[in-house]
Amino acid sequence: MKDVIVKFDPQNRSLMERLFEPPAIGKMAPFTKVAVYSFLAIWSFFVLFPIYWVVITSFKDAAAVNQGPNFIPFIDFQPTLDAWRINFTADPYCDIASIARQIYLLAHNSVVFVLSPFVSLQPMEPQICKIYLAFTNSVVISIISTIFCVAVGSMAAYALARIQYKPKFGNIMIFVLLILVVILISTYSGIPWWMSSAVALALFFFLARSIGRHFKMSLGNGDILFWMISQRILPPIVVVVPLYVMFQAVGLLDTHLALILLYAVANLPIVVWLMHDFFANLPIELEESAQLDGATRFGIFWEIVMPLTRPGLAATTLLILVLNWNEYLFAVFLATVKVQTMPIMVAAKNTGEKGVLWWEMCAVTVVMIIPVIIMSVLLTRFISKGVLLGAVKG
Amino acid sequence: MSYNIKNSQPGNSPAGISSGDKWREWCDRHAGSFFIAPAVTLILIFAIFPTIYSMVFALSRVRFTGDGLQFRYVGFRNFEKQFFGSSEMHFLGRTEPVSILGMIIFAVIVVAVFWWLYRSWKTASWVRMLGRSISAAMAIFLGWILCASLLSGNSIGTLYTTLFYVLFGCAVQFAIGTGLAFLCSQPIRGKNFFRVLFFIPLMVTPLGVGFAMRMIADVTKGPFEPILGLLGLQDWVWSASPWSARFVMVICDSWQWIPFIFICMLAALENVPRDHVEAAQVDGASSFQIFREVTWPQVVPVAVTVLLIRAIEAFKIMDLPNIMTGGGPGSSTESMTLHSVYIWRANDLGSSAAIAYLLLILTVVVCASFFNYVVLGQIRKART
Repeated sequence: MKDVIVKFDPQNRSLMERLFEPPAIGKMAPFTKVAVYSFLAIWSFFVLFPIYWVVITSFKDAAAVNQGPNFIPFIDFQPTLDAWRINFTADPYCDIASIARQIYLLAHNSVVFVLSPFVSLQPMEPQICKIYLAFTNSVVISIISTIFCVAVGSMAAYALARIQYKPKFGNIMIFVLLILVVILISTYSGIPWWMSSAVALALFFFLARSIGRHFKMSLGNGDILFWMISQRILPPIVVVVPLYVMFQAVGLLDTHLALILLYAVANLPIVVWLMHDFFANLPIELEESAQLDGATRFGIFWEIVMPLTRPGLAATTLLILVLNWNEYLFAVFLATVKVQTMPIMVAAKNTGEKGVLWWEMCAVTVVMIIPVIIMSVLLTRFISKGVLLGAVKG
Repeated sequence: MSYNIKNSQPGNSPAGISSGDKWREWCDRHAGSFFIAPAVTLILIFAIFPTIYSMVFALSRVRFTGDGLQFRYVGFRNFEKQFFGSSEMHFLGRTEPVSILGMIIFAVIVVAVFWWLYRSWKTASWVRMLGRSISAAMAIFLGWILCASLLSGNSIGTLYTTLFYVLFGCAVQFAIGTGLAFLCSQPIRGKNFFRVLFFIPLMVTPLGVGFAMRMIADVTKGPFEPILGLLGLQDWVWSASPWSARFVMVICDSWQWIPFIFICMLAALENVPRDHVEAAQVDGASSFQIFREVTWPQVVPVAVTVLLIRAIEAFKIMDLPNIMTGGGPGSSTESMTLHSVYIWRANDLGSSAAIAYLLLILTVVVCASFFNYVVLGQIRKART
């Protein structure tokens, strides 16, 4: 005990001790402090430098880029707005009116699409310059897809946290077998895919009702949860070629709907995983008392559970929004002309006849990454409150 | 019941019998199905069905014709091509000649794997034994390719390039990310500022990262040109040699993914009770001892989970090599995803699907093995 007091006595210490020993428990020694802050400063530089470089390059002209590295605006080179002008104002239809028209077009065309089985209406043709088209597409697709994904995912996550499911193992086997049969029949024979799938679906319900009762082995909620989360392991490249063919078959290639659905499914595992953790940690007593008062499951979910998980919900939504905004592989296969998203648009700048025009590309890249940087700052606020990382702790 | 319905007039109906209530009750009874059906349906249609359908592609020769695709069944020809045929160089790399060193190391690997299998022979059930055999087969296959290509001084294919990105990338990112998290978990000022700042790269569009890195890594116009000049490396081009190109890929990938490890590990480190650390400090332990004996054992479960998630995402890498080198020089920076995309562009859909399937098998076996033998083990150890 005596030793300890002497060791942390701030008065009687030599210079070396003052430099290398902490002055009090829970504080850092001066030398450690300098080391820690310098490491953090170096890393901050590493983090910021690429972003800084992209931003300043977007204000350079051809000469300033090709001369070699120029680091500081106004000293090393004279900043210009040329790259921004070329991308955002030079093309025809690059004004607010065109954007307004594009937004109206999206609403109009989606109504037309929904009504298309009943009424034949003419969809509008887009009349807007490329960059604004890509931007509006990206915004619309990522927002709708995020809402859809979070809604579907949190419903499933809530159900898995609160309701007992017992799917029969045998029924699942029958289902997989029927999928196989449908695929083989519709690829190697001429029967249309919708006919064979309808027959197979009917057959499945019949078999599940008749044979299915006699199966003993059944799975639990944990298995379903694991199955849903493990879909994230699936590399997108495995499914993208068949999806291309599927969307072509139903005429949804190069539409917003295709990308919205795909992005939602790609991020569903994350939503289920994160939201399940929030729901499982909620006290169940509240829901039980509501049930006694005669509330339905939907009522409980919508009016009691969702408001309670609001921070978690917001954080998950932000995360999915960012992931949707950044998605590239699905878009490159399935969005060829009309629904080009920002990443596709930027990637298209990579291959020019005159070589890569760095300054133009940087201007587009800056526009692409500003929204995600804002969202990531917002997201960190949730993370520092401890939301979102509960799931990792397993 | 029938009596009630007969007497129910609009206006004075007995409780719970009106058609709206019936509908409501029916909905509530089937709420379980309604809640989970959308998610399950979506996953079945857009994940499970295409995965199975992809097998048809992999087993066929696919041709574009006037009215859609035409499939011709060719058996495992597409897979055979990757292992023994025309694409062998591309996928596996050069596997001949095998050097003595390679053979010796392969023998060691085989002995180790069989020893591991033999040890669990008595205790494990047959399901576990099956799982272990699959892991062991994958380990022996990967070991053979490693010994025959890399350790014999031959070039490696997209299989090992992907594994290099995953293994080396995870190691680098984990080391730096954990280090940063440890620094930030010290009592410093501006912790939240650093947290926000260090988190940003993770969220930046991978494609944008690719472009930024491509500009920065440019040896004539990029910011490193003066530094390279000082070092006398004006003529050095990283994209000309396979290994330096791969290392640059990993460095750029790390810029994006270190924040993920950082943010998760920081949360884990902050969860370690402060008084445990301070008690150790009072007892006179050095900071390294404190980290090894007090902090580390408490964060291991999180660490392995985070590594697993990172590895799963790392297997899908494609944007960076696509933008920065286009897979070159030759095909030395192509990941398997990129390999598959390029073959798709060349209209060989069958081989493309075959490679995608091989990637799926590789990912599932490696990640499942890691999950079963490392993550679950650590979580169990932490619980007891």
